[in-house]
Amino acid sequence: MSGLFYLVAAVAIVSTVLMLTRLDAVHALLYLILSLLSVAVILYIIGAPFAAALELIIYAGAIMVLFIFVVMLLNQGDRATALERSWLKPGMWVGPGALAAILLAEFAYALWHGSARQFAPRATDPKQVGLALFGPYLIGVEVASMLLTAALVGAYHLGSRTSTRPELPKPDHALRSEARNDYFAQSGIAPGDDLVRVGTNRPAGAP
Amino acid sequence: MLLATILFALGLIGLLVRRNLIFILMSIEVMLNAAGLAFVAAGAQWGQPDGQVMFIFILATAAAEVAVGLALVLRLHRQYKSLDVDAASEMRG
Repeated sequence: MSGLFYLVAAVAIVSTVLMLTRLDAVHALLYLILSLLSVAVILYIIGAPFAAALELIIYAGAIMVLFIFVVMLLNQGDRATALERSWLKPGMWVGPGALAAILLAEFAYALWHGSARQFAPRATDPKQVGLALFGPYLIGVEVASMLLTAALVGAYHLGSRTSTRPELPKPDHALRSEARNDYFAQSGIAPGDDLVRVGTNRPAGAP
Repeated sequence: MLLATILFALGLIGLLVRRNLIFILMSIEVMLNAAGLAFVAAGAQWGQPDGQVMFIFILATAAAEVAVGLALVLRLHRQYKSLDVDAASEMRG
C-alpha cells in the first residue's frame, strides 16, 4: 500500500510540474487530467472511494470538458492550423501515455490483489458521508445550491454576446449582415421573402 | 498531507508565474484540488466523514468558480483578442 501511494504521488507531482511548463493549453490539459486522475487514485487509497468517484466524475469529467470547450472556442484563424499540425505529432502522447500507464498498472494490481477494504482498513463508505452531508451539514448543501445558481446566472450573463463597448470594430460577419440588410431595405424586399418571386418586379438598375 | 502541500505549492507557483488566463485557472484548479485532498486525508485519519463532506463543498465551489472564470476568459478574449492578463490592467481605480 505504501509503495503504491508513493508511486501515485510521484505521478501526481510530475504531471502537475509538466502541466505548468507546457506552452500549449491542450497539452497542459492532458497533464492536468492526469494529475486529477492520480489524485483520485490517492483518495481511493486513503479510504475515500466516494470522494474518488466524485473527483473523477466532476473534476476530470465536467470541469475538463468546460476547459476543452473554451480552449477550442478560443482557437481561431491562422494559429489553428499550426496547432493542428502540432497536435498530430505522435510524440506529444508519449508523456501522458506513460504516466497513465503507471496508473493503469496500479489499478490492475489493486484489482488483482484485493479490494479497497484491504488497502484502507478504515474506509469511509458513502452512506456515512451522505448521512453527515444531509444531517448536520444541510445548511451547507443549501448554500452550495445557491452558489451554483448564482454561478449559472453569472456565467450566462458574462457569456452573452451583448457588447458594452460600441467603439470596438465589428467582426466581419456582422458587417456583411448589415450590408445585406441595407440592400434589402433599399430594394424593398423583406429579408424573409421568397427571392425568386419577388425578383420579378425589382427596380430597374438593380443587379 | 505532504503531497497536498506540494501540490498546493505547485499550483501557487503556476498562478504566480504564468500569465495566460487559461493556465491561471488551471493552477487554481490544482490548488483547490490539493485543499480537498488535505481535507479528505485529515478526515480519513480519524475515520470521520466530515472531510469528504468538505471535499464535496470544495467540488461545488470549484465548479462554480470555473464556470464564471471561463465565461470571464471568453469575455476578455472577445474584448482584447488576447489571453494575457496584463491586457486587462488598464482598469485602474
